[in-house]
Amino acid sequence: MSRDREGAPASWEVFLRARRGLAHQHAGSVRAADPDAALAMARDLYARRGDPLSLWVVRSDAVHTASPDERDPYFAGAHHKPYRYPEHFAPLTEKGPDGDHAE
Amino acid sequence: MTTPSDTWAAAAAAAATPVAAEDTSCAAGARTDADPARPAHADLAAHLLRLGDDALVLGQRLCQWITRAPTIEEDLALSNIALDLIGHARTLLTRSGQLDGTGRTEDDLAFTRSARQFTNALLTELPNEDFAVTVARQLVYTHYAVLHYEALAGCADAELAAFGARAAKEVAFHRLHADRWTRRLGRGTPESTRRMQRGLERVWPYTGELFDEDDVSRRLAASGTVPSPAPLRGEWEQRVSDVVTDAGLTVPAASWSAKGGRSGLHTEEFGPLIDELQSVHRQFPGGTW
Amino acid sequence: MPAERVAAPGAHDELLAHFDALIAEGATIETRDWMPDGYRRMLIRQIAQHAHSEIIGMQPEGAWLTRAPSLHRKSVLIAKVQDEAGHGLYLYSAAETLGVDRADLLEALHQGQQRASATFNHPALTWADTGAIAWLTDGAAVINQAPLCRTSYGPYARAMRRVCQEEAFHVRQGYDLMRALCEGTPDQKEMAQDAVNRWWLPAVALMFGPPDTEAGGADARTAALGAAVSRRAMAWGIKRHTNDELRQRFVDSCVPQAERLGLTLPDPAIRWNEERGHYDFTPVDWDTYREALGDDTHWARQRIAHRRAAHDDGAWVREAAAAYAARADAGASPAGAAAGERTGTGGRDGTRSGVAAPQRTEEHT
Repeated sequence: MSRDREGAPASWEVFLRARRGLAHQHAGSVRAADPDAALAMARDLYARRGDPLSLWVVRSDAVHTASPDERDPYFAGAHHKPYRYPEHFAPLTEKGPDGDHAE
Repeated sequence: MTTPSDTWAAAAAAAATPVAAEDTSCAAGARTDADPARPAHADLAAHLLRLGDDALVLGQRLCQWITRAPTIEEDLALSNIALDLIGHARTLLTRSGQLDGTGRTEDDLAFTRSARQFTNALLTELPNEDFAVTVARQLVYTHYAVLHYEALAGCADAELAAFGARAAKEVAFHRLHADRWTRRLGRGTPESTRRMQRGLERVWPYTGELFDEDDVSRRLAASGTVPSPAPLRGEWEQRVSDVVTDAGLTVPAASWSAKGGRSGLHTEEFGPLIDELQSVHRQFPGGTW
Repeated sequence: MPAERVAAPGAHDELLAHFDALIAEGATIETRDWMPDGYRRMLIRQIAQHAHSEIIGMQPEGAWLTRAPSLHRKSVLIAKVQDEAGHGLYLYSAAETLGVDRADLLEALHQGQQRASATFNHPALTWADTGAIAWLTDGAAVINQAPLCRTSYGPYARAMRRVCQEEAFHVRQGYDLMRALCEGTPDQKEMAQDAVNRWWLPAVALMFGPPDTEAGGADARTAALGAAVSRRAMAWGIKRHTNDELRQRFVDSCVPQAERLGLTLPDPAIRWNEERGHYDFTPVDWDTYREALGDDTHWARQRIAHRRAAHDDGAWVREAAAAYAARADAGASPAGAAAGERTGTGGRDGTRSGVAAPQRTEEHT
């Protein structure tokens, strides 16, 4: 086995919080043999510009996803449940939904 | 200073004088308090030039890695470090040129001095050799630089203090990089362990010069301008030893200590490095970039 | 493998119809979606070549890092070469969502089975070359790549948005560098002109690929061939414009810039065509050019040799990192579950089937 193959180490998903008030967002991925190296790599790769507030790395194989086979139960959507959407209800003011919380 | 190598260092200082006489920034170390021709800030200028040369020369060495690193990720990491170092050099050389009374710019200082007029510590000019030697050089330099810049952050000159604080933060990231690789190579494969130990042995004799005191640093410390590097050595040794031991490696035994860089006496490998650095600049006299 | 997610023969048509419908409405295809094999293959080929070009493209400029004539220019160039490494990595990641491994792609590059853009098989002979490369080659890349920010494959489009954002800086840096030379001494300006003389044609020809319209100067056969490939790529929403359209756009943008710099683009045929509303230029003689350039030239070999040497010299470092990680993993979880196993979800967007974890063959006690 070519254990020294470049780019073969584990894959890590990178999340970063770009500014206060934002959730961590998926930025991309890096390959690194261990978490410390992955974090440093993520910093070099995704935080060269700007001043992100925080970084996470998660091993790609630790991300559990709903597989396409489960598409229906997971992703059937809520389009048939109009009561989940604000347009379903009468606005609170004459201005429509945008005026709900006007001063 | 009582080590046997002092004799050689004294000879080095003497040999440096003819060059220094033409160049006030390098001459500061050779002059005395009584010298009436010495600009008011000559000592500080000389000190900043040393630090700037350290950063510039080490940055130049790291540039030689880019496109040749063990992984593309490492190309990126090393260029990040090189970029910070060149940034430090620019600030330090600019300030030095302002203080030494010559009005030279960062580029004047970087591109028009001869190799003999550079005052970097010999450690920073050591050839890259293999990745382990580079990591070892980064390890000993970054641990020194963090301590040194943190001390500078407390100095009286507000501008310099602000620079020290910023540089300390940046170098702290470089230190993480060096620590991380020292552990990985030290505790990697038998080959990497062997190479990393060799890397430490290779750079170790060049670490003492970082902490050496001379008239310049003593006067600066005495006047409270900037702290001397000498007292940092104990803590530096402790911190580096911790990482080295944690990496399953052995701290090299004290041996001879290289000197000369601060007075412009460099290794033979230094000439080509400076020639390369300055080649384009020198090829176009009066050029603007 | 995601590629094998093919159901019964009847279901295939349904999947294809769904895929075509997504493309038709301009929706992005995501990793989880079914896609035709040809689409996947075309993407892998294109993204890998693009990633390789970023990595190989570091070399001509990287060779000048140690010789940059001012500390400002040195910093700018380090940052640029660093960005290129970053772009390569973004793109390899995007390719990996299609079920290939970066390690395999690099291996293919090293073995000569996949290629980088032949543009970089030209030598960077002077400092001005770094400016000409950034201004012209990166300028061509931006025009070529901007539409890829809207390419139909999501991970590729997202990687390209990052790349383009940074690449736009590079073009300005290159222009700025050239301007400094043109405003400098006569020797400096001469160096700038010489570099443009050498980098213009590679940018015009190679950065956009073969002519794919007859108007673009191709003979009927070449045009038909090029057009067929382009049509396929455009139908799939991978490409948005023909090579020749983009090439024209590049020439149109460069001519006034060169005029402002006081540099002459090395093509006597360049002149404004009022009727077309574009600049005319000498059509690319693709066959002759490809022949002269070839993939097997001194510099083509040199670039790959340099890359392989870095890879080979670094083998022991990568082995050390893998061995260290394997031991740390084993220490952290007694079962050693994480290390050395092929994993289930993998993947950038969560569907790549196999992530090669660090190999454990290097375990030393």
